[in-house]
Amino acid sequence: MTFNAAALLLLIAGLALIGWLAGRARSAMLAGRSGTKLHSRPQYHGWYVALWLFAPAALFLAIWSSVSPALVTNQVLATEAAQSLPAFGFERGAILSDARGVAEGKQPAVRLPAAAPLVKAYADAGEKYAWIGIAAMLALALAGGLYAFTRIKPDFRARTRVEKIVMLFLLLASLVAILTTFGIVLSLLFESIRFFRLVSPAELLFGTNWAPTSGAPQDDTFGGIPLFWGTVLIGAIIAMIVAIPIGMMTAVYLTQYAAPTVRKWVKPILEILAGVPTVVYGYFAALTVAPALRNFAVMLGIPNASTESALAAGIVMGVMIIPFVSSMADDSINAVPQSMRDGSLALGATPNETIRQVLIPAALPGVMGGILLAVSRAIGETMIVVMAAGLSANMTANPFASVTTVTAQIVKLLTGDQEFDSAKTLAAFALGLVLFIVTLLLNIVALRIVKKYREAYE
Amino acid sequence: MTQDDLTIADPKMKAHGVDVFYGEKQAIKNVSIDVGTDLVTAFIGPSGCGKSTFLRSLNRMNDTVASAKVTGRIELDGEDIYAPSMDVVQLRARVGMVFQKPNPFPKSIYDNVGYGPRIHGLAPSKADLDVVVERALVRAGLWDEVKDRLAESGTALSGGQQQRLCIARAIAVDPEVILMDEPCSALDPIATAKIEELIHELRGKYAIVIVTHNMQQAARVSQRTAFFHLGTLVEYGKTTDIFTNPKQERTKDYITGRYG
Repeated sequence: MTFNAAALLLLIAGLALIGWLAGRARSAMLAGRSGTKLHSRPQYHGWYVALWLFAPAALFLAIWSSVSPALVTNQVLATEAAQSLPAFGFERGAILSDARGVAEGKQPAVRLPAAAPLVKAYADAGEKYAWIGIAAMLALALAGGLYAFTRIKPDFRARTRVEKIVMLFLLLASLVAILTTFGIVLSLLFESIRFFRLVSPAELLFGTNWAPTSGAPQDDTFGGIPLFWGTVLIGAIIAMIVAIPIGMMTAVYLTQYAAPTVRKWVKPILEILAGVPTVVYGYFAALTVAPALRNFAVMLGIPNASTESALAAGIVMGVMIIPFVSSMADDSINAVPQSMRDGSLALGATPNETIRQVLIPAALPGVMGGILLAVSRAIGETMIVVMAAGLSANMTANPFASVTTVTAQIVKLLTGDQEFDSAKTLAAFALGLVLFIVTLLLNIVALRIVKKYREAYE
Repeated sequence: MTQDDLTIADPKMKAHGVDVFYGEKQAIKNVSIDVGTDLVTAFIGPSGCGKSTFLRSLNRMNDTVASAKVTGRIELDGEDIYAPSMDVVQLRARVGMVFQKPNPFPKSIYDNVGYGPRIHGLAPSKADLDVVVERALVRAGLWDEVKDRLAESGTALSGGQQQRLCIARAIAVDPEVILMDEPCSALDPIATAKIEELIHELRGKYAIVIVTHNMQQAARVSQRTAFFHLGTLVEYGKTTDIFTNPKQERTKDYITGRYG
């Protein structure tokens, strides 16, 4: 006998169905007998009983599933057979999990001889706690169901209660994403704090030499400035030089000049472009764009041109961002009222003058917001820079040289064999934290601008 | 011949047999009308009668609606404005327009008025532009209210001031005709009175065509009135005649409030 959570969940779901039918029948019967009108329709009484039956039991099941293994282990450790175990550490854990595996039928026989005497203890304890859990769960389900069942009366407001519970579920669902974000921040924060115990934040933020080595941190090897510069050069400068003009021109064409049929085709294609996996862009950058640019640079006689260049990564990233910029600009230009356009045309302005002097200035705040969002995406982009920008931390404004970015370094620091608590590995989390804070701020500013601008025309 | 005579010897604009279609739907049916140079002409009629549609065909603003099609002949100073040789940009500089809802650009008051003269190259220097902007604002009766805050945004003005700013903006291009599409419908009575006063002052300097659903307004500001109903021109004549002695039964019913 083991504790099978899925089967038990099915069991209480079945009980809940019975509760639903019973609740519905009872409410109808009570109403019929007393001749009064029900406050809520019968199925709401059914739902009320079913929820009371299901929710507490399911909650208990969830808690018990996570608590009971610890209880089982405690009981096993209290037996005589466990006294001969090694005191702590890796071996002890391996023996215990080996014994547990056999006891729960996940493996046919023990791999470690020391685990053999523990198997029976595990099986006994497992069975005992499984029965306790099942009994408690059923008791809870029945108690909940009975409580709800006895409350059913014709004037009982079952509908309002059910709606309240449903609302609670919806609230919980909406909190999942928020709580996850919170969890991510906390985990980043804790690992970063461990890093900052070894290396000062000032060095990471303002140091200019990036050469992390394994083992104890050495002075002046964790300077983040070359990475930040590389990130800015690729994501905020080169990519935007590509994406902003092309994205804007695309938006102007699509909103002002394109025939409806052209627009109907081009917009979805752009949206598909936005869905291409970034690793595909990465291939394109590394295999096609970068070599071509290197040959071009060599032809121009530019020194230290490399096959990995800021320019290749930046251009391809800019292309990747184009749909993003164009769709934000498209929305902003469309949000400028038609009367503005009419007003300008009626003064004898050409469509071109109208776009340049009225529509784009009026749409500018929205476009700026879109550009900031695009920048925050670009600096968080990883695959393209890993594949095409290189990993050497250079502080150079030469776009044909190899530079590295925060994201590329995070990948480099976390891949390969590393001890997990060295400064070198922990640096990845600190860099992640910096990146997270910067993109968060960019997003906040951008969304504020966009929102304020939307209000201006409503 | 006085200018209040019904016959218009030297019309600024002439429309003959004009039909306007929106896709399949015919919005204007066979309308012929002359617009006098020194007169204010009012288009009245119930909602949906086509008066605004017809107005918008006088400066080809209907061109911006993809499904709209205009047939017949409309002339400005004897020149067919729908002829292929007509430059629509120049046409709209000569035939200005003021819209139903004030639509100042989100620019400064100065730049709102200066926009037209700049794009048409009417003011080569900053000093010239200053003169043009001031003159337009004075004519629109807005100068005293805004002269100390020309750098403020045009959208920060009150509704009535915004509409006068839009009139100033149209005047600044020095048009020959000004089309007004229910210019007071979004304004309160005091602002409306100011606009009507302004129309009186502008009369004679520009040919003015005003669309309104307010019959008292038409009676107050215009010398000629055209009554539209269901896309047709029912009656056109001196404003005093239309309101005191209409020839058509439908006109009489409308101005006495039977329908509309």
